Amino acid sequence: MSDKEQLLVIENLRTHFFTKIGVVKAVDDISFSVNKGEVLGLVGESGSGKSVTGFSMLGLVDPPGRITGGKILFNGQDIVSLSDDGLRALRGKNIAMIFQDPMMTLNPVLRIDTQMIEAITAHEKVARRIARERSRDALSLVGIASPDERLKAYPHQLSGGMRQRVSIAIALLNKPDLIIADEPTTALDVTIQSQILYEIKKLCRETGTALIWITHDLTVVAGLADHICVMYAGRIVEQGKISDVLDHPLHPYTRGLIGSVPSRNKRGSALYQIPGMTPSLLNLPEGCAFRQRCPRADNDCLVCPEITSEIEGRHLRCFHPHVEILHE
Amino acid sequence: MIVFIIRRSLQSGVVLLLMSVLVFVGVYAIGNPVDILISPEATPQEYEEAIIAMGLDKPMWSQYLTFLNGALHGDLGNSFVFNEPALKLILQRLPATLELAFGALFIAIVLGIPLGLIAGIKSESWVGRSIMSGSILGFSVPTFWVGLMMIMVFAVMLGWLPASGRGQTTDLFGIPVSFFSLDGLSHILLPAVNLGLFKLSLTIRLTRAGTRENLQLDYVKFARAKGLTNGRVIGVHVLKNILIPVVTVLGLELGSLIAFAVVTETIFAWPGMGKLLIDSIGVLDRPIIVAYLLITVTMFIVINFVVDVLYSVLDPRVRLGEEKI
Ligand SMILES: Nc1ncnc2c1ncn2[C@@H]1O[C@H](COP(=O)(O)OP(=O)(O)O)[C@@H](O)[C@H]1O
Ligand code: SF4
Ligand SMILES: [Mg+2]
Repeated sequence: MSDKEQLLVIENLRTHFFTKIGVVKAVDDISFSVNKGEVLGLVGESGSGKSVTGFSMLGLVDPPGRITGGKILFNGQDIVSLSDDGLRALRGKNIAMIFQDPMMTLNPVLRIDTQMIEAITAHEKVARRIARERSRDALSLVGIASPDERLKAYPHQLSGGMRQRVSIAIALLNKPDLIIADEPTTALDVTIQSQILYEIKKLCRETGTALIWITHDLTVVAGLADHICVMYAGRIVEQGKISDVLDHPLHPYTRGLIGSVPSRNKRGSALYQIPGMTPSLLNLPEGCAFRQRCPRADNDCLVCPEITSEIEGRHLRCFHPHVEILHE
Repeated sequence: MIVFIIRRSLQSGVVLLLMSVLVFVGVYAIGNPVDILISPEATPQEYEEAIIAMGLDKPMWSQYLTFLNGALHGDLGNSFVFNEPALKLILQRLPATLELAFGALFIAIVLGIPLGLIAGIKSESWVGRSIMSGSILGFSVPTFWVGLMMIMVFAVMLGWLPASGRGQTTDLFGIPVSFFSLDGLSHILLPAVNLGLFKLSLTIRLTRAGTRENLQLDYVKFARAKGLTNGRVIGVHVLKNILIPVVTVLGLELGSLIAFAVVTETIFAWPGMGKLLIDSIGVLDRPIIVAYLLITVTMFIVINFVVDVLYSVLDPRVRLGEEKI
């Protein structure tokens, strides 16, 4: 990508679910990379395979799913071929994850301190007292008042926003190189959303932690990410620098996504809606999966488009991208 | 909490009163004990005297009031057969029954929870399937038949374990118990397994269902994402969540263990109150039957109460008087 140090390189990753009614290709041949300290936005409609991509990086894909191909190179080491124990040592230590629903991610019957301290002692031999102090500091760091009291609380005693802050604090405990945030603000109300967004952004910048921000909401990544990957039906259809992609979307699907976002200069005009529905991953159309909803589709699109790179740092899967806007 | 206890006590009082009426009427309907207790050669006059001595000449409501009056003073009447207070006779047998019931519960928990965990984690493998098949068997085979088979195999054919009685007992705080001596243990093993088999199956199923359900939940994935070992995820995170329903149900089942002990005690000649009950029914010893039933109901009530308290201790979400921060 650039001269910066690459932290994570994913090459041709495929994660498939072998269900009774057929193979679900939740992640099908995706490649991208993240540099140290950078923020990558992973955007797509619900069901496009974003979470499965995240879980693949931690080796936490639930059966009947498994990684069927490709590489996930983290600091040069391939995670896919790692042993169970090697994976366990990596999780929470080098790569941490924040989940979507804060009401569900903390164990309801264990106190906050238990759930924080164990995240430290799983990776280091430290005294409980020290682990506890570090947990308390992490809580203050994410803006939780009177952290000593909160440590003794059970999850149900905290609000949703507070619980998500606790999850973030847990993710930060071991100073990981990479945090995967899977729609961490989707379940929260708008004011808390922006607070948490701001908080994570600040913390990652301060600690130099790289961030993969998964969302279905383009507006969230707009002010946050350095790079963006747009996913559709298990594939990345467009990726590049955030400003390039948002200013000059080349893929018809990305254009549709941007057109459906309310913005200032389009006030009054009706919002564009991508026609049709997200196809089921069980019976994707032959060729380009977006074919049935795409205004530019023609007979070329009956075969699956390969990844092309028309311009430097930009990758696309499309036979007829909107390249004309580059020359406007 | 105090309101809860008071309300519970009042409810319990009403239940006990209703039960006493039902039991009294029911026992009255079974038959006339005099016919069984008095020798056939007795003269009509002796017959009359016996009836008066036992208070059976009075109308039923009057007998009930006499009984109720006594019961409120802790006197449930004298046994017709032993001519001793029924309450005392039953309380003498209570430790044996409780020991058997707790032994059965112990077996159900100690074997059932690990087996259920394994069956839940490996639900698709042959290990998980065999455990499940075993538990279905445990559910469907009648207790008395299993008891007889166990006696046949382990006592008669193999001669490993005794088939009847309590064996050597040791005094623990003045109460005789079997589980302190090897001889006692060998006596309690078969009946406890027999009585516990049904609850073991139940524990396996509850634990398996809970494990499968909990493994799907986000908190398990999050715990794994923290880098915890599998042992800690299952043994602490999942187990703690499963224990809540399992302990609740098993606690409530303790009452039925005591009730079902009647069958096991009869088969293994275990000198508990269940055996006393069966013997007393045989001779229509009304005071014992009534006392047994009332004591069992009381135990049910007490157990339910303890389980409710225990439940609130285990599950932080149901603890009273807490506010959201
Ligand atoms: N445990 C599973 N079993 C079968 N299919 C699954 C499982 N988990 C995810 N999938 C499939 O993978 C697809 C992508 O899911 P996901 O990554 O959660 O989407 P997103 O996070 O983008 O909303 C879904 O359409 C679903 O069908
Ligand atoms: S490949 Fe064809 S169908 Fe697919 S997005 Fe491009 S133009 Fe549309
Ligand atoms: Mg998702």
